[in-house]
Amino acid sequence: MTNVLVKEKSVVVPGEILAEGMDNLPGFGTYRKNDKIIASRLGVILVEGRALKIIPLSGSYIPKNNDVIIGKVIDVTMSGWRVNTNSAYTAMLMLKDGSSEYIARGADLTHFYNLEDYIVCKITKVTSQKLVDLTMKGPGLKKLTGGRIIKVNPFKVPRIIGKQGSMVTMIKQVTNTHLIVGQNGLIWLQGEPEQEVLAVKTIKKIERESHTKGLTEQIKKFLEENTVNQK
Amino acid sequence: MTYDKRLDGRKFDELRPIEAKAGVIPNAVGSAWFKIGKTEAYATVYGPRELYPRFLQDPSCGRLRCSYNMMPFSGAGDRVRPGQNRRSKEISMVTDKALLPVVDLNDYPNAVVDVFIELPQTDAGSRCAGICAASIALADAGIPMKDLVSAVSVGLVDGKLVIDLDYQEEAYDKGGVADIPIAMIPSTGEITLLQMDGEISKEQLLEGIDMVKGAMDNIKEIQVKALKDKYNTSDKSE
Repeated sequence: MTNVLVKEKSVVVPGEILAEGMDNLPGFGTYRKNDKIIASRLGVILVEGRALKIIPLSGSYIPKNNDVIIGKVIDVTMSGWRVNTNSAYTAMLMLKDGSSEYIARGADLTHFYNLEDYIVCKITKVTSQKLVDLTMKGPGLKKLTGGRIIKVNPFKVPRIIGKQGSMVTMIKQVTNTHLIVGQNGLIWLQGEPEQEVLAVKTIKKIERESHTKGLTEQIKKFLEENTVNQK
Repeated sequence: MTYDKRLDGRKFDELRPIEAKAGVIPNAVGSAWFKIGKTEAYATVYGPRELYPRFLQDPSCGRLRCSYNMMPFSGAGDRVRPGQNRRSKEISMVTDKALLPVVDLNDYPNAVVDVFIELPQTDAGSRCAGICAASIALADAGIPMKDLVSAVSVGLVDGKLVIDLDYQEEAYDKGGVADIPIAMIPSTGEITLLQMDGEISKEQLLEGIDMVKGAMDNIKEIQVKALKDKYNTSDKSE
């Protein structure tokens, strides 16, 4: 590891030389040029064994198979619903995957999901041309009613969820709100208005400071301090 | 008569003072501000997003769409007529081509990345400032890129090679002037933009390109610093 030229967890920019020699492997967000490994994205560098990878600090969502996302219905067609995925590509929710209920032939599809409705859905297929298929069949997949939607950077979603959901569980418990985090960076939350505001503030803080160390402790402290003020 | 002293007192190979900042426009996916002397450029990046009309879509990879615009009050006194004109269309196109070799849009078929460059104040070298700003903004937007692009102009004022001309030099009327904006990938020295206005000999052009190569590291350093500073400030607030 002597020839890694940057400190682990430091911020790197595209074009920065990360390592020299053939001892390391280029991972996500990096590429090899001759004997150098070079960054191709703005992000935080991680060393995983021999591989170097970058966790991006910004960027938009790219649909991925098996991701659970929060989408907005933007069109109702003959054969299903078209859904905005907060990415460059819209997704199709086909009639047969639309509901576990029986949908009769010629039924009014807006009865299930209408325009502007938000749904929690799962990506079942992404083609090379980024045609995306969705399903609503599965645990936790449903139409969202009430609450509010906020947008965060999709690359910070893993930090918001935390290890085995530790962060999101903590926010849920302290603020007593319902919370669903979509992999595409949309978050739905519902609870008491003040608590909702606190949850939003916390999430925004995580998003802003996701690349700093000891984040869980900081957020814990932040939540404790602020809940006291509310009582 | 010879041009042995620059009008603003700089050395012949000295750049104007440069400042840069990333993430200046929160609404955009990525943004940057780049100032060189009195020339100022803001660049914002939106996307990748859906591209319409549909016939513009490219199923093999995403497209980059740049737009260069001088603000009405940006000139030296005369109002610049707002909207597209021949000049701004051309510069939009060359900016696009200057940035395309570094951005990698293979992950975004049929989509578009929009780059808007606005210039609130210009004093020559505006397309170079625009390219520098756009390159920071693209990196800030998280677009995969091989490297950053830096740009600066070099020129001939009354037979003397100078770097980074300002408007007084560009409009020098006591002798011939050549103005050559150059954009480069600093790490490899690949030239992604080279335009020329005026006359220059082959030898002097090559010498000028070397001069630009020497200045590139300086500019790149400022661009890199702008990007890293965006994340350092939040460290301090801990």
